[in-house]
Parts: sequence; structure tokens; C-alpha cells
Amino acid sequence: MAKPIEAMDGLGSVPALLQRNALQFANRPAYREKEYGIWQSWTWAETEKEIEALALGLINLGVKEGDFISVIGRNRPYFYWSIVAAQSVGAIPVPLYQDAAADELAYVMDHCGARFAIVEDQEQVDKVIEIQDQLTEFEHMIYIDPRGLRKYDHAKLHQYDHIQDDGRATHGENISELRARREKLNYDSICVMLYTSGTTGKPKGVVLSNRNIIEASKSSSEFDNLRLTEEVLAYLPMAWVGDFIFSIGQAYWCGFCVNCPESAETMQTDLREIGPTYYFAPPRVFETQLTSVMIRMEDAGRMKKRLFDHYMAHARKVGGDILDGKPVSAMDRLKYGLGNLFVYGPLKNTLGLSRVRVGYTAGEAIGPEIFSFYRSLGINLKQLYGQTEASVFITLQPDGEVRADTVGVPAPGVEIRIAEGGEVFYRSPGTFEYYYKNEESTKSTKDPDGWVATGDAGYFDEETGQLRIIDRAKDVGKMAGGELYAPKYVENKLKFFPNILEAVVFGNGREECTAFINIDLTAVGNWAERNNIGYASYQELAGHPQVLETIREHVETVNRSLAGDPMLGGCQVHRFLVLHKELDADDGEMTRTRKVRRNVISEKFAELLTALYDGSDEIFTKTEVTYEDGRKGSISATLKIVDAAAVPVETQRVAAE
Amino acid sequence: MLDSAEPYTTEDGRTIGPVVMEMKNITLRFGGVVAIQDISFDIREGEIRAIIGPNGAGKSSMLNVISGFYNPQDGEVWYKGEKRPSLKPYQVAQQGIARTFQNIALFEGMSVLDNVMTGRIRQMSAGLVAQAIWKGKAEREETENREAVERVIDFLEIQHIRKTPVSRLPYGLKKRVELARALAAEPSILLLDEPMAGMNVEEKEDMSRFILDVNDEFGTTIALIEHDMGVVMDLSDRVVVMDYGKKIGDGTPDEVRRNQDVIDAYLGVAHD
Repeated sequence: MAKPIEAMDGLGSVPALLQRNALQFANRPAYREKEYGIWQSWTWAETEKEIEALALGLINLGVKEGDFISVIGRNRPYFYWSIVAAQSVGAIPVPLYQDAAADELAYVMDHCGARFAIVEDQEQVDKVIEIQDQLTEFEHMIYIDPRGLRKYDHAKLHQYDHIQDDGRATHGENISELRARREKLNYDSICVMLYTSGTTGKPKGVVLSNRNIIEASKSSSEFDNLRLTEEVLAYLPMAWVGDFIFSIGQAYWCGFCVNCPESAETMQTDLREIGPTYYFAPPRVFETQLTSVMIRMEDAGRMKKRLFDHYMAHARKVGGDILDGKPVSAMDRLKYGLGNLFVYGPLKNTLGLSRVRVGYTAGEAIGPEIFSFYRSLGINLKQLYGQTEASVFITLQPDGEVRADTVGVPAPGVEIRIAEGGEVFYRSPGTFEYYYKNEESTKSTKDPDGWVATGDAGYFDEETGQLRIIDRAKDVGKMAGGELYAPKYVENKLKFFPNILEAVVFGNGREECTAFINIDLTAVGNWAERNNIGYASYQELAGHPQVLETIREHVETVNRSLAGDPMLGGCQVHRFLVLHKELDADDGEMTRTRKVRRNVISEKFAELLTALYDGSDEIFTKTEVTYEDGRKGSISATLKIVDAAAVPVETQRVAAE
Repeated sequence: MLDSAEPYTTEDGRTIGPVVMEMKNITLRFGGVVAIQDISFDIREGEIRAIIGPNGAGKSSMLNVISGFYNPQDGEVWYKGEKRPSLKPYQVAQQGIARTFQNIALFEGMSVLDNVMTGRIRQMSAGLVAQAIWKGKAEREETENREAVERVIDFLEIQHIRKTPVSRLPYGLKKRVELARALAAEPSILLLDEPMAGMNVEEKEDMSRFILDVNDEFGTTIALIEHDMGVVMDLSDRVVVMDYGKKIGDGTPDEVRRNQDVIDAYLGVAHD
């Protein structure tokens, strides 16, 4: 393995970056949070004081070096401070998903042996108290919002403010200890432990060092020329590596400001008020936004609608080229300018994307139509490919070389190789240290030379030189007839239709492919409303004959497009059914990051799967569902099974000639 | 019976203070109809006091007597140790009593924020002209009161509809906005007229949580009328049961549940 990179100018840890920022950018805003209807802000100098007080409080509470501290809550400055304070005292922060069920929390908190937890409110406190008996090493819990918690036993429960007060009060005794611990931190010390979402099996704790985080942040910031003046909106789960890189890694490296929304529901308003210059969202967010724009345009007056349609058509024609700096005629540019005045500008403003200089999407494939919609408006939306184990970045799309179906060129410092089976391997300074308490997985994922298996199958596109990902490597299989089987590729194509929220394709080793489909209640519900179709529930709408017909058309469109693909023509969907419930993480059918758990689904709905292959027309089924509060109930339905026409594969014919 | 002047502690550790309001032999008539007949009960500081009864039992009339909207023909209302003379509703509000209504009474065309701000009128004293040009005192007052209102908005988790006109909100949220307006007045006694009427189970759970939190966090005394027995029995410290304008039971939820008159009149056989 290559010699590890060493830190520059003593900036070997996130707390060291904090010290630098507090000196160099003292009066620049570091954090903002909307509270009580007003954006409250903290400068880097104030942030440093807040974090110091908390860190001293943690020492006072008995936090030792090497302790694990769980951080559970939505994006708030207090939690970012908690993470850096934990690092400052030599502890290891472990951000967790705040919507995780109690037993999911129990597993990870027990796995890392967390001694402390910093949580948001009563809901989280209750959850941790519930699982406390299963946690052998757990001691103290700190909460931020005291509401409803006054009567709780405070022997091992502390209010965040009080911990900070204690910290300030014990400044004299503990400050030298804090400084000593902070100075010990270097590129090799652990920066954070993040749990992978666990598409298969139990979550794994990915240990990332300061080297991983800072090098990845540094090179990616340089790649996109991120500056001190960027504004980001932190709204994605803190337990996710992306948020850690954007809101901590890059923010501390560049010194830009992290803005926290008031609540999940106000995110859209807050986005508009902040107008971020650097923005990340998973494809789902862009999809939802586009759907809501389109629905609102359906309800707009005729004049507005015509204006919108006219200029959007023009944007589709030239918008992308203008953004990419390709030659566009003066007339078209003028018209685009007018469109910007009438349509694109106001629309971008409504979406809160007026100021976006660098926008990224990743995590799932994004529909080409959705992608080009945003780009045609002049929003520099790009794709990247990454994973927790790589400290996010594996590939990135450079400005001006953006495509919907590729994920970009290797990020700076990243080497990529494609193995024989098509699996993508990489090696980079961001490559994780190891999986916590899981040597076996570490060995099978990362070889002695530092090459990491991504688990994804892909290839380099010859035309652009960019990486194209087709599916999870282990999901890629063969049809009975020998054709390549890549379910996710087909699912993504299906999901590009606004009416389809989720799709699960089956068919490995079988004659033909079949699919489960979830309709998108917003899109289909709006269609039903406009066509005077009454429905009482998701289930009823999902079973409506006209809905099934629409979905069948979508499936057949996908089949036609697959028929033109030289490699994946065999994956056409011959039969499908529309599920009676939405796939949900609470029922274990998806991960918290909303990736389908194929095995769980095929076991849980085994009878439906059988019905797809035994030729029956409909099937009765009963499914257990878990409500948000953990109670269980069941829903039953009779589902129609629909046949979709498949198209002969063109390329095979070509090959035969 | 407990001494009315002595505070006591409930099983869940809340301190209930001495009697803050007392109804003495209240009788209210509308022409020949006797809506309330010789009813006496008290409300202690910091407690959640429920008034229940079948339809037409006189519950809302009772609440209107407490809020000063009706003046009873006979009987006295004692508040904070003094007999209360007949007052105009705004004078009652000035005494620190706020209420919500059975049929939502919000300003439909105004935003949630503006509606909740109206709850602060009692705290504002700038004159008409100052308000109109919005300078000096008026501006300062609005800033101060806005902060108090924002705390209530945060407390009731309605930030996302802050700027939405009330007419566009679903029923459950309107109820919450009404509660917010009442809370914005920082009342010492909060009167809730059927806070859960017409809500689904989830909305009821939310509303119950908010009522408990208000009581817990601000120490507000709450008197409420409610039909949902489960909710009443879970929430309240003490319950008054009315039937045909008379009081037929008074005590803790358990006591009331065991009271034969109550079982006969209300829980057992229905009148409606």
C-alpha cells in the first residue's frame, strides 16, 4: 500500500480545523438555525466557545478517550457541536438515524458499546430508556429539548445546557486536560464511526479516520472549487456519510456556513430563504419537487400554463447546452434569456435553487427527464458515486461533462479498477480503516493493498470515459436463457415514471422477469382527482383498473426500451402486480435510506411471487404492518396480476444476421 | 375530601395547588328552561378538570359561566379568593382566562401567525395611530409579542403552517391553532370546549399530548369538556359529571367510574 498522506500545517483533525476557523474566520457565520421563526446564527468564534464548553462538560461527566458517544437527532447545530466536542475529548462520535426503531438502536448502541448518548427530545430519551437494559456499557444520556422531561429521574439524564454550564464552571480544572487530548489527535485517530444502512444483514460500523474525512473533503472541495462563502442546507440524516462530509468535513475545511432547517416540514420554505449555493439531494427529493411543480402547473391558469410549456420546451432544447458551454445560436440565447425572466428564474426561486452553483445527486439512479429538467433551468446539477466506506467520493462529474446515465470520472486521488465479474473496485485516501468488531467483513471488503470492493457492477462508458453503474454485483445474475439479469436497472427505468414510486423486479434464473410495483400516491392521486375517480384508500387506488392499465403501459414502454439494449434485453417484465401497501422501512422492507431489501420482500410476499409465475389472474393476501409507534396491524387485499407485452430483442436479431 | 386550601401531589408527581376558582350554587335559566341547576364545584390550581355529561346536560353553558359569557341568575363565581362580579368577556380575559370553542372560531382569512397574534392583544397597549404607522412602541410591542407567539408555535409544532391562511387548514390543525391562540394569551386558566371533537385517533393522541404538555410545562390550570370517555379518564385529575343541568358526580376518574348515578345516567344508558 502507498505511504499514507500526512496532514498539512498541523490540520490533522476536525477539532484542529475548528481552531483554525475560529482564528481565521472568527466573524464569519458557521451555523444558522431557524428557531422561533428567525434565523439564529453563530460565528466560528462563537461555535468554538460552544463546542469548548460542551467538551469540558463531557470531561466533567467522565468521558474518557476512546469512549463511544451516540448522537441521535435531526440536523441541528447542537448535534454538530456534539460531534466535534466528542472528537475534541478523544471520544468517537456515532451519529444514528433518529427515526430508527428501538431494537435497531439497541443493536448498534450495543455493538459499539456506547457509554453516552446525546439525543434530541423526549421521544429519543424514551427510546433509549426502553433499550437501556440491553446495553451493558451505557451510562449517561444528554438531551437538548427539555420538554416533557422535567419529571424524569435525572440521576443519569442531563440537559445539554447544564452540561455546558458545568463545562464552563470547571474550565479552570479541565482546560489543560482538554488541550492535551485535542493535541493528541492526528490523521490516524478516529474521526467518526458511521453505520451502513445494511441492505443485507446487520449494520456494519465503518470506522473513518481524520485522514479519510479531511483528505476526501479537501480534494472534493478543490474539484468543485468550494469556497468560504458557500451556503449549505443540512437536512439529510446526520447518520449518513454524505451529511458528515458536506456539513462537517467540507464545511470545516472550507469554513462555510451550515444552515439547519426549523423542522422537516418547513424544509422547503427554509431552502428558499437560505438559497444554498452548494446543494445535495437524493433523486427522490428532485422527483418529489418536480412532481409538485407539475401538479401545480396543471392547476394554473391557461395563460401561465402556455407560457410555462412554451419556455420549458425551449429550455429542454438549449438549456443543457448553454450550461455545458456548448455553442448555441444568439437567437436561442435571447429566447432563453426571456424564458429565464418569465419562467426559469421565478421557478428556481420558488424551488429555492436560484443560487445553486454546485448541485449533486447520488444514492440511486436519477431519471433522465428529471435530471435534464433541472439542468435545462440552468441549475448545475451533477452526479456522483460514492459510499460510506470511501468517505463518499469515488467518482464525480466535472462541470460541463454531465450525463444522466453515468456517474463521472474518478474523484481526485481515487484509483478505480473493474474486476472480471464487472464489480467496481477502488482505492483512495478516503478509504475506511476497518469495520468495527468485524474483522471478517473488513478482510472480505478491503484487500491488503487497500482495494475495496464496492459491491456494485459497472463499466466505463467508452464514449465519455465516465463510470456507469448497472446494479449491485450480487444482484446481477443470469436468466434461464443465459441473458444478463440486472433487476435494479429495470426498477430504475420503471421508477422514472412519476406514477411509480417503487418497483421490485424478480427473475434471476427464471425464464422471464416479473415485478411488484408501488404507485406514487401524490401523482396517481392527483390524476384520480382530475378524472373524478373516487378512492378511499391507497389500497383501493392501487387496485383501480385504470391505474393498472396505466402501469401496464409504463411497463410496456420500459420493455420496448430494454429491447434496444444489447446487454439487458432479457430483463423485460412479463407479468406484474401493484402492491396493496407502500414498502416501508418500519416493516423492514426497505432500509432507512429507502433502498429495497429484495430478500425480505421476496420472503414476506412469497405467495404473491408464486402467483406471478403460476399463471393465476389474482391472489388474496394478508400482510402485517407496523405503525410508527410500533403497534402492529394487518391489511388484506385481492390483487390482480397483469400481463405486459414483451418485445423481441433487436440486438439478438442483429447478431444473428 | 381534601382541604381546599392545601396543595397535594398526584400519583405521577405533579403538584396540585389550592382552589383557584369556585362555583357556588350556580343556576342558569334561559326563559323557562333551566340549563344549570344549583351546581357547585371547584377548580384547583394546576389541575386538569373535566366536565362531562350527555348531550344537552349543560356542559357548554357551564363553561360559558366560567368564561363570564353567561351570568347565572343564582349563585356565585369565586376566583382567586374573591367573588367575581358580572363581567364582560374581555374583562374575564384580562383576569387570565382563555378559551377555545366547540365550533372553531378563528379568523379564516388570516394567517396562522396573525391569528395567534390576536391572542396577545391583552398584552399590547399602543394606540391606533401608533399601530397604523408602526413606529416606536407599536413596533417594539410587536417584536416582543411575536417572540412569545413564536414560542407557542414552536411548542405546538405548527411552524410549517405559520404563514398559511387558516381557511386552507384541515380541521385537526385548526383546532391546534385555536389552542395556540388561547395559549398565546398566557392564561392561568385555559378552558377547552370539546378539544377532540371530530378528530381521528391520531389527532386525538396528539391533542392529548399537547394538553398534558401545556399543563406540565406552563403549569396552566385546564378545564375541559369532552365526549371521549377514554380521553377524559386518561387526562383529567378530577371530573364533574352533569346530567339534565344537575351535578350527579364529582371526583377522580376512578371515583366517577364507580359512581352508580354516573353509570346509570351516562356510561350505562344513553339519552341520545
